[in-house]
Amino acid sequence: MVKTKATDIEKVWEYLEEVTDPEIPVLSVVDLGVVRDVQIEGEQVQVTITPTYSGCPAMNTIATDIKLKLLSEGFAKVSIDLKLSPAWTTNWLSEAGKAKLEAYGIAPPVEPEGDIHALFGRNTTVRCPLCQSENTRLISQFGSTACKAFYQCNECLEPFDYFKCLK
Amino acid sequence: MPEHGHKTPHLQEHLLNIPVPDYAPELRQLVFDYTLQLADTSLILGHRLSEWCGHGPILEQDLAMANIALDLIGETRSLYQYAATLEGKGRTEDDLAYLRSAVEYKNPLLVEQPNGDFGDTVMRQFLFDGFHYFLLKALKHSSDQGLSAIAAKSFKEASYHIKWSSEWVIRLGDGTEESKHRMEKAVGNLWMYSGELFMMTDTEKQLLEAGILPDYTSIKQQWDEHVAKVFSEATLEVPQQVYMQQGGKMGKHSEHLGYILTELQYLQRTYPGLEW
Ligand SMILES: [Zn+2]
Repeated sequence: MVKTKATDIEKVWEYLEEVTDPEIPVLSVVDLGVVRDVQIEGEQVQVTITPTYSGCPAMNTIATDIKLKLLSEGFAKVSIDLKLSPAWTTNWLSEAGKAKLEAYGIAPPVEPEGDIHALFGRNTTVRCPLCQSENTRLISQFGSTACKAFYQCNECLEPFDYFKCLK
Repeated sequence: MPEHGHKTPHLQEHLLNIPVPDYAPELRQLVFDYTLQLADTSLILGHRLSEWCGHGPILEQDLAMANIALDLIGETRSLYQYAATLEGKGRTEDDLAYLRSAVEYKNPLLVEQPNGDFGDTVMRQFLFDGFHYFLLKALKHSSDQGLSAIAAKSFKEASYHIKWSSEWVIRLGDGTEESKHRMEKAVGNLWMYSGELFMMTDTEKQLLEAGILPDYTSIKQQWDEHVAKVFSEATLEVPQQVYMQQGGKMGKHSEHLGYILTELQYLQRTYPGLEW
């Protein structure tokens, strides 16, 4: 295998692939789309991240984990910048990330929930990550973490988490 | 170089990066006051909802209320951080939340009303969510970059809140005789606090003139339409000619806020600067 010499910025992105979300450990922070930018000036590495949800309690852990990872890989100065705008969207979740979620038992986001007049979740078809049936129902829009909803499969009867759409 | 202040370094550096606008001092003061008012509002409602944690009627709704509380408190943190930046006097988000008295809090009366039963909480949330959703939708386009960034973020979350409370108003209003009766009672308890949301204070009027705030008339119109639609599905009547209570946005609160702050601020008041 021919290995091209990666620039430091590319190396940082590779290391960030190894930093995982503390609540969904199969996803890296890059899969999740929370890393928005990497800049290097001299010795200083600056990583810009954005929260998935405003109150996401994992953000501090994510910031600390990124910093520790890069320090341990030999970067001397690492700063983390937390930016709100543009606001995170599930569109930034990578395709690899969506596949990892489904394999982990969490249904990936499929489509927007529609406008507020579409009440009672009538518009969304979510596939069961366990048996792949599309015959599922929403139990609650609010699940075990801010980014998930509760669903249940009508075929295999298993309850499961759905990584809800945020656009 | 020695560390300044008492905050742990890893928390301090993960604050939001919102550029400081180049405003004249008067305008900066107005935006600061308004940002605090929004922050107080989401903090007090978030705190009220968090009181349900472990007491919800069913597990899923216990989780839903905790999640909505979390979104609101997340929004609060962004707003207080932005306010602290605007003020530029070294106060932090914690100082603003924990070290101001009830008269300094500018949240509308609605959000400090007690949880009551689940119907009261749902109704309070519903009346607020409509306002919050349409306000954020408009604030996304504010010329103030800080407010527009926070609004764009929170708007996405608020669209889940309004669906949650609207669905529950319908489910309970058009539910059993008992649930309908409770929802009618909740309307009676809370409707009088809905008007204050749309009454513009002097601060809000000046920010409207400065092109930073949207006109609340159009927000009220959208709110009216949404409420009418949901109430009709819920077989509830929209009250007419109700005398509207006001005062919270001017710092004149009901007795409830003092009790909330006593609990919310207890730790920082008793052990100043404590952290964990
Ligand atoms: Zn299934």
